[in-house]
Amino acid sequence: MSDVIFEGQPAGRSLWQDAWHRLSANKAAVVSLVILIVIALVSIFGPYFLPWRYDEIDWNHVEALPPNFALGHYLGTDTVGRDLLARTLMGGRVSLTVGLLATSVALIIGITVGSIAGFVGARVDQALMRFVDIMYVVPFTFLVIILMVMFGRNFVLMFIAIGAVEWLTMARIVRGQTLTLKHKEFIDAARASGGSTTNIILRHIIPNVLGVVIVYVTLTIPQVILFESFLSFLGLGVQEPMTSWGVLINEGAAELEINPRTLIVPAAFMTITLFCFNFLGDGLRDALDPNDR
Amino acid sequence: MANVLDIRNLNVHFSVRDGDVQAVSDVSLSVAKGECLGIVGESGSGKSQTFMAAMGLLATNGRATGEVNFHGQNVLTLSESARNTLRGNRMTMVFQDPMTSLTPHMRVGAQLTEVLQRHRGLDRTQAHQQAVAMLARVHIPEADRRMAMYPHELSGGLRQRVMIAMALLCGPELLIADEPTTALDVTVQAQILDVIREMKDTLNTAVVLITHDLGVIAGLADHVAVMYAGRIVETGAARDIFMVPKHPYTQSLLACTPRLDEVKRTSLTTIAGQPPNLEHLPTGCAFHPRCPYVMARCRTERPPLIGGKACFLDQLSLAS
Ligand SMILES: Nc1ncnc2c1ncn2[C@@H]1O[C@H](COP(=O)(O)OP(=O)(O)OP(=O)(O)O)[C@@H](O)[C@H]1O
Ligand SMILES: [Mg+2]
Repeated sequence: MSDVIFEGQPAGRSLWQDAWHRLSANKAAVVSLVILIVIALVSIFGPYFLPWRYDEIDWNHVEALPPNFALGHYLGTDTVGRDLLARTLMGGRVSLTVGLLATSVALIIGITVGSIAGFVGARVDQALMRFVDIMYVVPFTFLVIILMVMFGRNFVLMFIAIGAVEWLTMARIVRGQTLTLKHKEFIDAARASGGSTTNIILRHIIPNVLGVVIVYVTLTIPQVILFESFLSFLGLGVQEPMTSWGVLINEGAAELEINPRTLIVPAAFMTITLFCFNFLGDGLRDALDPNDR
Repeated sequence: MANVLDIRNLNVHFSVRDGDVQAVSDVSLSVAKGECLGIVGESGSGKSQTFMAAMGLLATNGRATGEVNFHGQNVLTLSESARNTLRGNRMTMVFQDPMTSLTPHMRVGAQLTEVLQRHRGLDRTQAHQQAVAMLARVHIPEADRRMAMYPHELSGGLRQRVMIAMALLCGPELLIADEPTTALDVTVQAQILDVIREMKDTLNTAVVLITHDLGVIAGLADHVAVMYAGRIVETGAARDIFMVPKHPYTQSLLACTPRLDEVKRTSLTTIAGQPPNLEHLPTGCAFHPRCPYVMARCRTERPPLIGGKACFLDQLSLAS
């Protein structure tokens, strides 16, 4: 322990910067991050550069065309003659959006509930955590089906519904972290300097649980993407002609024997994405692990 | 001189799985402006909890009864928000482990200015200037540059100085230092104690110095209270306690303190027997199982604190 700052390392380097530094030394994580960014960018902007729209039927070829550059179907078409690449990119947009939005919903609710339960403790903790326990027991698919039936199939509702389940685990994780942080001396010190409960939760607890939370987020996004596929598989997901990776894989699976291409293309996109999130999550966990310091 | 802090008959209970433990029993203490009160005792004797209660910082399973008067105002009956305006402002506390006392992801400067903004309503630049000035006052070199650093970039000694600076930012009337030097090496210990002494003298702050090492308070405390198993067993002027300890426990504590003037010391003495278990306290005087002068009476009757000692022995010097 010395107060000499290492050569070439500027003073005022936060733990986040250190973690970023460690993360960038992890090849698998960096490659995954780059691939994810590319997939996201291509999904967002790609459709504008393609000759075919995702819902446009090529009336001259209402059949599953193999890749045909002359017609602008770079990865061919599906059984009703819609461009497979355009549909896969559009599906990526939807799946990633659902993944990110539902995870954000889970993140916000989970952090709020978890940190309050953990920090305030006693009855508040009891009440909130029993509620979480009860929610865990509710058969979720059933709940979503009821919601969908009541409010109709609707994109916003879907990610709220998924987020509403994923926050449960998030809340438990954040609560656990908060409980260990709560007895750290810096929390006592913050209270001794007159910090209110809100101030301490916002400034001293939440920033400290973010490390763990971010790792969990990278694991939640793929879960949500899979969950959306599952809902689509049940016919509860997005509605035609709008599509998602789950819907495409579902359609492709039906054509597996005649046109494996219609399954392979969306499945490849989704698998790569899921893998990348997992590698990134692993890398983040290593980079943020305080025991490694 | 009016007392800054006046603790009367303080009891602290914790509810635990199998019942209830009393960590602090009937403690009365006071400290005046510009004065230093030393609190000594073994681990678990209730030193910290006495003052955590005084700050209103007990864990959620703890309860305090009695009175903790801060300038005549009973802190125990104040609302949480009223306490928040006192804490960090008029009464402050510095903890044992400087390595974990600062929030890891916040710049030192942000943690300091936050306190000033909260209690003094200063804007950022003013708060920054005052924080830098306070860091310089506790002898932190290159104070301006340290403001931009994160806690992990500072050594333990520097962090403890930052903690002391933070505690003194708003010019508190009371500073409670809970083993501020235990986690630091000896040379740094002396520097930190010097800083505390200097601040006490220049700012006229009342200081409570908690420690299990009598050597630490020897040069600093005006009064000393010795605690054992949640009670005060001896109290008095520092010099008297060092010169003529009246309680056998104080005597054994002194015997355990290595003295720099005794060169030919062969081994360190330790107090025989186990520190008491609060859940199964001995009857009578809690120290009796370890006391070299134990009498029949000590096993059944608890000696009251009279004339600065809680012991039935008339004169310790004669007994030894
Ligand atoms: N939240 C709690 N629940 C139950 N018991 C507690 C709690 N906090 C403290 N105690 C008990 O109170 C007693 C007194 O603790 P305290 O921290 O005051 O000791 P101390 O004299 O400061 O010791 P040390 O020198 O180790 O800091 C201990 O036996 C401890 O186990
Ligand atoms: Mg203590």
